Amino acid sequence: MTTTAPVHPPVAAPVPARRRWRSGSALLGLAGVAVFAALLEIVPRAGLVNDRYLPPLSSMVDSLADRVQTGEFWEALRQTLTTWGLGLGIALAAGIALGVLIGSVSFLRAFTATTIEFLRPIPSVALIPLAVLLYGTSMQSTLLLVVYASFWQVLVQVLYGVQDVDPVARETARSYRFSRLSQIRTVTWPTTLPYAMTGLRLAAAVALILTITGELIIGTPGLGNLIAIAQTSGAVESMYALVLVTGVLGVIVNILARRLERRILRWHPSVRRESAS
Amino acid sequence: MSLRRAVQSVVLALALPLILIATWWFTTANSTSFYFPPLKTIVETFQPTWLEDPVSNSRIVTEAIPSLGRLMAGYLLALVAGVGLGVAIGSSAKLRAFTEPVMEFFRAIPPPVLIPILMLFAGIGTQMKILVIMWGCIWPILLNTVEGVRGLDEILRDTARCYRMRRTSALFHLIIRGASPQIVTGARQALSIAIILMVISEMFAANNGLGFTIVQFQRSFAIPEMWSGIILLGLLGVVLALIFRAIEWPALAWYRGYRQAQRGGE
Repeated sequence: MTTTAPVHPPVAAPVPARRRWRSGSALLGLAGVAVFAALLEIVPRAGLVNDRYLPPLSSMVDSLADRVQTGEFWEALRQTLTTWGLGLGIALAAGIALGVLIGSVSFLRAFTATTIEFLRPIPSVALIPLAVLLYGTSMQSTLLLVVYASFWQVLVQVLYGVQDVDPVARETARSYRFSRLSQIRTVTWPTTLPYAMTGLRLAAAVALILTITGELIIGTPGLGNLIAIAQTSGAVESMYALVLVTGVLGVIVNILARRLERRILRWHPSVRRESAS
Repeated sequence: MSLRRAVQSVVLALALPLILIATWWFTTANSTSFYFPPLKTIVETFQPTWLEDPVSNSRIVTEAIPSLGRLMAGYLLALVAGVGLGVAIGSSAKLRAFTEPVMEFFRAIPPPVLIPILMLFAGIGTQMKILVIMWGCIWPILLNTVEGVRGLDEILRDTARCYRMRRTSALFHLIIRGASPQIVTGARQALSIAIILMVISEMFAANNGLGFTIVQFQRSFAIPEMWSGIILLGLLGVVLALIFRAIEWPALAWYRGYRQAQRGGE
């Protein structure tokens, strides 16, 4: 990423070899997953760990198969995704709007800098007791945590982005008497967008972590709550199965966020350079 | 002139925090709302709640110090293991390809769900909490280290080899130094995860610690005490972030200069 310095390939390494290597690395990755899955099956079966603590993969999958047939599972998944999406959406809208506003007015930037620096590192989980008192175990409790945590990710990135605007471009726009709005639309926004997308990617992962956390600790409805229930009722296989589901969900969120980033920024030099090479 | 500038920037920096605190203070001054007690009451409860008279018995020693100890233990273990494994994996393209999908999966699992799992193995004691914190922190550090080692300038590597740099000095001066911007990024992400996991693991199952104490206050409806705990956690987050920056700033001084030189050269 940072190696913009030209790396001279050795003479005997033409491009096709690299292609072959890329499919080879995908194969190696698959092999890694297969070895990991096999270990997860063999280690408990061989009695290396107590299988009441770590059941073999096949029984996790069995229990997942049972789960998938129940409406409860899909309802929980829907609730988790709703909380996640809603929280991320609110944080994104608020973060971008405030970020562009604060970033483009230098007085506001100086005025809010210390406050942002102080509020940002406050761990969102510190708000859990307050959320419980205000909203009980309803979805809003978790939503509060999700919005708080992901808002800062977006805001800080957007602030960086707005400050990165090329001064020449800004002065030019001003000389041509662009209105404030069209200045934001044509100069500020294109520079800020890559940063906002980074913020979105980070915020999507953080929002998922806090959605599941809230459900697990507060008991708002969703996958995290199912895990808590499985844990208290000693359904170990079921608990592992649900943890695997949250992991898959996390991977999907990461992949989708990265795809979206590339798609929205396909005009941007950094993405175009990457796909050209 | 410059003095005036300095005064101006100090005023600007402090104005909004003061306004916000004053607003909080005055809007809740006559508050009868159960959940939002006057800020004055919260401030007054802070001292008896956390800093009782013999300091050795105060909650700051009995609750906050164990929490912080677990946080540091888990975080430092994750840092050492993450950088160590990251250097090993990052140096070998095959190993990297082999482990990457599995690591991405582990990173994607929201770390708090590991609490019920690790409770099976390690009970609800200190060991479990350190393990949870370490497990949650290791992935961002590990994956960023791998990325940093992979992105090292190959010419630098070859130069080190030509000059027969010894392996240990190449490790510290070339590999870890070169990957340090990414390592720091990972370590920063890991720090906020560590705080979350410290609090969550104590809220989920514990008999001491900050998270546990604050939830106890909330369950017994000791609202001003609960608020004082929330403020304490917030201060903790801010202080840890400041300490992190104090360490990061000199460690990455070379990198900032390098970036600036690159930008200026373009």
